[in-house]
Amino acid sequence: MTTRDITLIALFAALTAVMAIFPPVTLPLLPVPITAQSLGVMLAGGVLGAKRGGLAILLLLVLVAMGLPLLSGGRGGLSVFFGPTSGFLLGWLVAAFAIGWMTEKFWDGLSFVSATLICVTGGIVVMYAIGIPGISLVAGVPLSKAFMGSVAFIPGDIVKALISAAVMVTVKKSYPIIGQTHGAA
Amino acid sequence: MLTDLYISGDSPLHRARPAWKLVLLFLFCTLLFVVTHPVMLAIGLVTIALGYAVAGLGPRAAYTAIRPAFFVLAIIFAAQLWLETLWLAIYVTLRLFALLMAAALVTYTTRASEFTEGLLALLSRAPSWVPKAKIALAISLVWRFIPMIRAQFDEVREAQRARGLDRNMLALVVPLVVRTLKTADEVAEAITARSLD
Amino acid sequence: MGMRFDRVCVTKAAREILSEITLELTEHRIGVIGNNGSGKSTFLRLFNGLETPSSGTVRFGDTTDDLRRHVGFMFQNPDNQIVYPMVEEDLAFGLKSRKLPKAEVTERIERVLHDLSLTHLRDRLTHQLSGGEKQMVALAGVLVTKPDLICFDEPTTLLDLRNKMQFMRTLATLPQPAVVVSHDLDLLAGFDRILHIADGRIHADGRPEEVIPAYRALCEM
Repeated sequence: MTTRDITLIALFAALTAVMAIFPPVTLPLLPVPITAQSLGVMLAGGVLGAKRGGLAILLLLVLVAMGLPLLSGGRGGLSVFFGPTSGFLLGWLVAAFAIGWMTEKFWDGLSFVSATLICVTGGIVVMYAIGIPGISLVAGVPLSKAFMGSVAFIPGDIVKALISAAVMVTVKKSYPIIGQTHGAA
Repeated sequence: MLTDLYISGDSPLHRARPAWKLVLLFLFCTLLFVVTHPVMLAIGLVTIALGYAVAGLGPRAAYTAIRPAFFVLAIIFAAQLWLETLWLAIYVTLRLFALLMAAALVTYTTRASEFTEGLLALLSRAPSWVPKAKIALAISLVWRFIPMIRAQFDEVREAQRARGLDRNMLALVVPLVVRTLKTADEVAEAITARSLD
Repeated sequence: MGMRFDRVCVTKAAREILSEITLELTEHRIGVIGNNGSGKSTFLRLFNGLETPSSGTVRFGDTTDDLRRHVGFMFQNPDNQIVYPMVEEDLAFGLKSRKLPKAEVTERIERVLHDLSLTHLRDRLTHQLSGGEKQMVALAGVLVTKPDLICFDEPTTLLDLRNKMQFMRTLATLPQPAVVVSHDLDLLAGFDRILHIADGRIHADGRPEEVIPAYRALCEM
């Protein structure tokens, strides 16, 4: 870990925290608004790679646990880790790592399409695979019902995967972080 | 600015070491999940009510703690009611309520800075392979960066509003990420320049 | 004492950024000018080891290593130089790796805040400071480490006129020698020596009254 790695980790933890105050977007026919914060999770992995991306999200979660209201809607404190959606917070951590890992694997030929697939796999498939059992466990409802309750969020997550992929491809061209042997400047 | 959810006070709960509060919270939750009996839940709920009373926190604080989860609690209640029995619906919802309230009680009575100090104290006793200085630096940096990125976000949003794009997530995110990465290089260079190692 | 460059080259990605720089710098105030991309920023970063020469040596007095212990560095944007959320904590940052006793850390911080008339900012949050105040706090963070020489990278670019004036007054009172990279030719007018860098070489080197008008003429061509 170089100083630059530490700085990048802290910056993406802060960036993801700031995304909590992005104006939510509503799509026609979609009952729930799209909030930006899980976009920060995708970007942490997709821009920084597995290790740094995962650590950035871990750092954010540690600060949330310490009582800072850094999650969307001003939520924070220990109770968010005990609520029904706590599985999704663990999911964030794993998703950032998974997206980072896949991005590193497919870095050389990374395109908008492959980046989107990576974000969908990590940010939706992996995320829900952890988040839904979490709801089921804490709320005591069967998996299928927990899944039904989460379906409404999937279109928004697809939009975020597309945005994240666009940013990843832009950053790869203009300011690559993954695949660098040492810091520029 | 970055304010924590702490509510100031001078109760034994406020003064207790953060580590002890975390241990108690952990025990409390484990008990509630392992001993699935209404009596246990009743004891738990009374304990929490006592806890809020000792900490001098009124119903208002309690309500604030539960408000974000209200919707979810309602859904869970409805789902349980539909799938199981009224009795189970009440039990599961109240248990979740108890967990949330207990966790919020620790958050309300502990400053973020106390947690940070506790964490750093814990780190100072950690084995030498743990990069203590780097962890401490990372935590300080986030505190420093959140207001900075928030200011940058306001600037970007202003600029995009002029173009009618202030509700376009892509138009907000791309400039923000590029600025963030630029900042990273400069800050890392400055940290290197200012320290000897 | 002073900086000495002996046949210093810097090559990055097969491109020569600086070539064969040999200099001895002992003057009190040295200005560095040149167009964007001329290599002057890389040149300045050699002073405290942020950049290392591909060949040749950079020395402060007799030492080639540990340049950072002797040379302080002020960045263009103080926002990126201030690391900690509180002024006092930030000033302590540079001293951390120097392993000083606690009493001396406190004393040094008090002294530097007093010297720059910043004592009232001690407990403030760094992000709430004005641009001019941030600049001064960043400078305090450098001075508190007691450097023997200070490098300034474009120190006035982000300042308004009033803050620029204040910065110039503060610079004039600093006892340490300073090397200043700037596009602001007024700032450099009273300096002892000016280096004009072009295409990675020292294009001109001399008194400001000789070098600056020549540079101006070159830019107007």
